[in-house]
Amino acid sequence: MTHMISVRGLHVVGRRGDGGEVPIVRDVSLEARRGEVLALVGESGSGKTTIALALMGYARAGCRISGGAIAVAGHRVDQMDAGELRSFRGRTISYVAQNAGSAFNPALTLHQQVIEPALAHWVLPRRDAERRAIELFRAMALPHPETIGARYPHQLSGGQLQRLMAAMALITEPEVVVFDEPTTALDVTTQIEVLEAFRTVLVHRGITGIYVTHDLAVVAQVADRAVVLRHGAVCESGDTPEVLARPRTPYTRELVAACHLPVRPKGLDPAVDAASGTAPEPVLTLSDIVVGYGRVDANGLPAHRILDGIDLSVTRGRTLGIIGESGCGKSTLARASAGLQPPAAGTVRFRGETLAGRVARRTPEQRRRVQIVAQNADLVLNPAWTVGAILERVLRFFHNLRGAVARAEALRLLDIVQLPHAVFDRRPPELSGGQKQRVNFARALAARPELVLCDEITAALDPVVAAAILTLMSDLQETLGLSCIFITHDLHALRAVCDRVAVLLGGHVVEQCDAAALMRGAHHPYTRLLVSSVPEMRPGWLDEVVAQRSAAAAPFVPTAVGEGCPFVSRCVTRIAGVCERVRPPVVATADGGRIACHLPPGDLPVLAPGNSTIDA
Amino acid sequence: MGRLILNRLAASAFSLAFVVVTIFAITAALPGDVADTLLGQSATREATAALRHAMGLDQPAWVRFGRWVWGMLHADPGRSLMTGRPVAELVGPRLYNSLLLAAATAAVSVPVSLVLGLACTMARGTLFDRVVTLLMLGTVSVPVFLIATVAVFVFAVQFHVAPALADINAVHSPLQFIRVFLMPVVALAGATTAQMSRMIRACLIDVFSAPWIEMAVLKGVAPVRIVLFHALPNAIGSVVNAIALSLSSLLGGVVVVETVFNYPGMAGLMVDSVAARDVPVVQCCALIFCVAYLSLTTLADIVAAASTMRGRAH
Repeated sequence: MTHMISVRGLHVVGRRGDGGEVPIVRDVSLEARRGEVLALVGESGSGKTTIALALMGYARAGCRISGGAIAVAGHRVDQMDAGELRSFRGRTISYVAQNAGSAFNPALTLHQQVIEPALAHWVLPRRDAERRAIELFRAMALPHPETIGARYPHQLSGGQLQRLMAAMALITEPEVVVFDEPTTALDVTTQIEVLEAFRTVLVHRGITGIYVTHDLAVVAQVADRAVVLRHGAVCESGDTPEVLARPRTPYTRELVAACHLPVRPKGLDPAVDAASGTAPEPVLTLSDIVVGYGRVDANGLPAHRILDGIDLSVTRGRTLGIIGESGCGKSTLARASAGLQPPAAGTVRFRGETLAGRVARRTPEQRRRVQIVAQNADLVLNPAWTVGAILERVLRFFHNLRGAVARAEALRLLDIVQLPHAVFDRRPPELSGGQKQRVNFARALAARPELVLCDEITAALDPVVAAAILTLMSDLQETLGLSCIFITHDLHALRAVCDRVAVLLGGHVVEQCDAAALMRGAHHPYTRLLVSSVPEMRPGWLDEVVAQRSAAAAPFVPTAVGEGCPFVSRCVTRIAGVCERVRPPVVATADGGRIACHLPPGDLPVLAPGNSTIDA
Repeated sequence: MGRLILNRLAASAFSLAFVVVTIFAITAALPGDVADTLLGQSATREATAALRHAMGLDQPAWVRFGRWVWGMLHADPGRSLMTGRPVAELVGPRLYNSLLLAAATAAVSVPVSLVLGLACTMARGTLFDRVVTLLMLGTVSVPVFLIATVAVFVFAVQFHVAPALADINAVHSPLQFIRVFLMPVVALAGATTAQMSRMIRACLIDVFSAPWIEMAVLKGVAPVRIVLFHALPNAIGSVVNAIALSLSSLLGGVVVVETVFNYPGMAGLMVDSVAARDVPVVQCCALIFCVAYLSLTTLADIVAAASTMRGRAH
């Protein structure tokens, strides 16, 4: 049996600062047959991308392929010289990068870049290359395939760029395509379209695929076989359904478990509130908040709105989850609440007290009460300061603690976020991603806040680390009685920590409901789309979703004008002539939800429990 | 785009106004004046006062400033206080000479540093890159007067290929031009090229860390094409600025070279005029240097903006 890809005993080393070398990939062997899709699965630092790049004979700056035999389509990649590698890359094997937004050259049109491999390898004359590019754009279901190539990268969305990048990889009709986390940076709703486009071309053209990812649910949809990697070595490999259903090693079991986060056990049970005899007390209340930019009209409202008429409140000791796709205004909501982005209209009230829109006009006490935990700990923790100094600065600023008292309090905070005391004297660059996020959390807690705004705090973390952070957050909230706003695009994370959920779309809240009710009962059509787009670890799930959606597809796509529903262009149950013009009324549902939709309550899409692994 | 250029030009106009005021303030603050210089130490107080009055030096500063600006607006920088000749007549030929020297130096140093910068970027980390880097750092560190003196020693004293003094009136053929300009241009281009090629290399290497460069490598694109087609268009803004910064010093900052080779340029004229307190000439020279600097940086900014805006308008 001949293999399209065969790697034997691959070693990759990286240079250390002192001239020594550290192993990055150790003794990795793997193979893939023609037309097969092989997934390389692992967390960051597992060496999955390094292995994928080694297949192309490429090692990033500071790294070196130090041993092993790499054979791709009958070529010995490890024995090629620079010229041979150049004619091999992009011709026999091509690459789809993780973030198409930064992997396209901003100064060149997409067309120039997409047809470049075909011209560089003398595969096709320019005219034919252009024709084939248009065919590929069509196969990738891109809008305006004839003219889209004339545009520049910044003019298109992430999902479109990712498909253009796949078209660029396919233009030379290579034998092997390496996909490096191609959907990680995309929204779940977009991810489905991109995955489907990738899978279709791979199958139709009989291309062998290497699919690098950390997402087991994606693996289940696209890969025939999977190799699980850890610390640069193979941990487990086998057929995808086998690996996912019956993981043999503890690490793989841990990975699979991280995809099944336990649903928050507490839940918001009205009976408990009734029993304790206290009405739920709102901590933070946002009323009719408008945030935007551009020309200001007669009422002082900006022309372009990021948030439009937001009414939300966070109950004391509870967590409000905000979910939505990128660009829906979720982060702006947190920034407006914290006073970092003053609203053009509306009020922010904290326990009945109206807060100034601008953080500079809030009193230190008001600022202390609302703390923000940002997504990227690297950007908010000063790399030149020790963790101790970072925490003590907050303690001195808000509580005037100094010296031994401040140190003791800082160490106590490290205990709370379950970090060893040794971290006190370290600087953020010396810590792992999970540790940094814990420090970030401790920094917010140092102010002893009443409300914590968590903006995508697990987005940059590996699943296992993220799961631990979410557990920590849930525990802290319970023991400290904190109220939280939890902003995320990840439904798993949302369900693990939230009591109440607000679904944001185009700056509007289209639905609010209890987190426990998210998977059942009647919902806004957009909520249904979001929930049903979260990949499941069941092979065949993608086929079902794609089949459902193509059956329901509506030909005419209107866009919302003025007050129209923000979901109208994608809604399959829209009411023509109404939804695109009239602001949807907010309807209360039986289980305490609020839905902004024109559909009569009886016609709203109903989610049945049990058909989702999130519930399992 | 048009609006951006207008904004940039407005900013330059503001800078120019600031420069005009500063130049006048500094020249007015110079201790002593031309009357002292002309009459010498033995002059009586009445004689210097009379001369000052005759030259209008005893008028209030704002009147003199107004007169000077008014004159400049009509392209009339006034008369030299030392010689009585129009400043334009004094400065004109010198400006021509300086521009000629600057142009010759730029014509040599810009292509050389572009090629060196690009070559070092392509071969970064190799022996070639390290040797060039060492040479460039060495050239920047050596003072210009030393390079100039060594050039005289080598070209004029040892090999007799060029005259030790740059007699600009002796230029009647291209060969003579090369003979006369060889040494001043070598002395000036050395430091300029070194500085420029280092900056160009830094700009390009910065661009080279972008993910789309890795993508181009993985597409099998040839190294030369990666540098010229992928990296350079994204580095144009910073490269043009690096070039403009290096070139802007060529008009005013060449006193040493002009002195060593006895080259009749602007810088020498300005230094002499400062010594003689010939204020109108000093003011005119200073203004020309500042305008040259401002126009170069403004032009570089506009080119940079144009290169990033290309095709970006929706």
